[in-house]
Amino acid sequence: MKHVYGWLLLAPAAILLVGFTHYPAVATLIDSFFSTGTAVRPSRFVGFDNYAALADDPIFWQVLGNNLWFALGTIPAAIAIAMVMALWVNEKLPARALVRMAYFTPTVLPMIAVANLWLFFYTPQIGLFDRVAALFGAPSHNWLGDPDLVLPATMVMVVWKEAGFFMIFYLAALQSLPPELAEAAKIEGASRWYFFRRVTFPLLMPTTLFVLVNATINSFKLVDHLFILTKGGPDNASSLLLYYIYQVAFSFFDTAYASALTVVLLVLLAILAVLQFLLIERRVHYR
Amino acid sequence: MKWLPAFVFSALLVAVGPARAETQLTFYYPIAVGGPLTKVIDGYARQFEQEHPGIKVNPIYAGNYDDARIKALAALKAGQSAPLSVLYSIDLYELIEQDVIVAWDDVTTTPDDKAWLKVFYPALMMNGTYKGKVYGIPFQRSTIVLYWNKDAFKEAGLDPERPPANWNEMVQFAQKLVKKDAAGNVTRWGVMVPSTGYPYWMFQAFARQNGQDLMNRDGNRTNFAHPDVIAALQYWRDLGAKHKVMPEGTVEWGTLRQAFTEGKTAMMWHTTGNLTAVKDTAKFPFGVAMLPASKQRGSPTGGGNFYLFKKTTPEERKAALAFVKWITAPERAADWSMATGYVATRPDAYATPKLKEYAASFPQAVVARDQFEFATPELSTFQTGRVRKLLDDAIQAALTGQKSPADALKAAQAEADRLLKPYR
Repeated sequence: MKHVYGWLLLAPAAILLVGFTHYPAVATLIDSFFSTGTAVRPSRFVGFDNYAALADDPIFWQVLGNNLWFALGTIPAAIAIAMVMALWVNEKLPARALVRMAYFTPTVLPMIAVANLWLFFYTPQIGLFDRVAALFGAPSHNWLGDPDLVLPATMVMVVWKEAGFFMIFYLAALQSLPPELAEAAKIEGASRWYFFRRVTFPLLMPTTLFVLVNATINSFKLVDHLFILTKGGPDNASSLLLYYIYQVAFSFFDTAYASALTVVLLVLLAILAVLQFLLIERRVHYR
Repeated sequence: MKWLPAFVFSALLVAVGPARAETQLTFYYPIAVGGPLTKVIDGYARQFEQEHPGIKVNPIYAGNYDDARIKALAALKAGQSAPLSVLYSIDLYELIEQDVIVAWDDVTTTPDDKAWLKVFYPALMMNGTYKGKVYGIPFQRSTIVLYWNKDAFKEAGLDPERPPANWNEMVQFAQKLVKKDAAGNVTRWGVMVPSTGYPYWMFQAFARQNGQDLMNRDGNRTNFAHPDVIAALQYWRDLGAKHKVMPEGTVEWGTLRQAFTEGKTAMMWHTTGNLTAVKDTAKFPFGVAMLPASKQRGSPTGGGNFYLFKKTTPEERKAALAFVKWITAPERAADWSMATGYVATRPDAYATPKLKEYAASFPQAVVARDQFEFATPELSTFQTGRVRKLLDDAIQAALTGQKSPADALKAAQAEADRLLKPYR
């Protein structure tokens, strides 16, 4: 009877996981080998046709490239800023709680609200950035209307939004570091930079790994802002993989092709996660 | 296993569904946020129920047009459909391909009802008719108009009561209207035409003015690569790149209204759906005009139609017909137009005393109606999402200078041909 009891304990979580994670993933994989059915032409097995179409789709390659730049641009910046902010608010400052809260505020705001705010920040002439720039006599920029500027512009916003969230993890980690280490370093006469480089940073590695995995997943998962800011434009310059999947599935109603794209995204994320764990595992300092 | 989610979903719905003593008329209505419009619709629903005991109207507010379509189709797949829905007028071919809607001709039986199908502006019926049958009854419909800032016109030495009538004039006026500061930075642009959100819609106006429609009536052929269409895109691009009267790159749809009401552009092309909002926020006198002409005037129509779904009982169809007839009656159409800025969908609405009075005090309100004479249906084809995006991308690539208008449009046409071949 013991194993029944065990299964019963597992059941709630297992049912939710299977129903909302594993079943959809498997169903997506199966759907990606079929054509999209309509009332006139029912769905049929097409093998790897959807994947062949994907290889020939220039927009797919463009959004994939965009997504890689987006990941490269946002992840290191967000993590670095989060770490610096955490070190800063971990010190004894006046109004420390207030500063911490201020850094955390962007995280609390819904992405759609944030994007609506930033849409007006980026508006040429009447937006915040252009008004500040105008004080220094700089010309107006069409931030979201220029294919060269639009992706960096969305990256800045996402870094601003994400850094505060990661800061919380670093802050928790910093507070669990034993104070003796700092005292010992002081007695030995180590500089602050040396202490950070040789003690704090290595001890934060498990947190960095955790944050890195989350940041990577987020960089492929966060597309809410595109609905408000650019709709992926101009000419797909700011579009990301998941947003393209949404367009294919719900604007083009091509669910089969969207399934193939989704499988690619899942595989990509799986590979990234495994790589991260393998590579960083060796350098992580676990006690 | 496709039946499994559908089965679970409908089982849940059946379990919680109320006992049906009266005809339930649920309809999806696209609206992005709550506010004045939901109140108007709710008010209509209550009023209709009072006048028609035995029918209960439940509007479901479902985000923008895309969201509403997704929700309506998802509910349909789950076996639980609303009998009626306001959806994008250009979803017609998609809904026909999915085989989920019926023609209004098939539910109208009396001569009176048949006549009702012909009371609307013909320009508004073009997006709702397929192979001679009416599938979409126009409800919230708009066109593109030109808004101009009369103070800016005065300042630039132009007649504040005379908007540009053709493309050359628009460029000339705009050049005079551009204002720069001491450092040479532009503080006011001459004209802005939005190119995010719905670039294809704006472009249809340019193309129509240059004498071309972008698709055929059967929705299986596009006309993106015609020399006059390419010239139209060239003109749009030149406004920014050559004449420097519009910002280069794309112009954001969502913030353009603020740019206009803040005086950062002297003219803008925008939907009539913005009229009431501009009227409420602009601190300067402004005018509304038909879009300028090249070979002719022209603007596409846009907006939402009432569709009737196939999976309906005879009672539901009867109730739906009664409701749609009621809500599109002249007095309601007039009322709706005043509340929103959308055009009233039938000529006799403009003959009602209420709307006559309103038009006399606010003549901007009837410009869109007068423009119907030159209207063309909104871009809608089979595979409409894909075809539209092809054109959107081509327009944006040309406006941002990544491709020439000819290259961009020819590539889009080739791809559209490939997509539409199976439907010919």
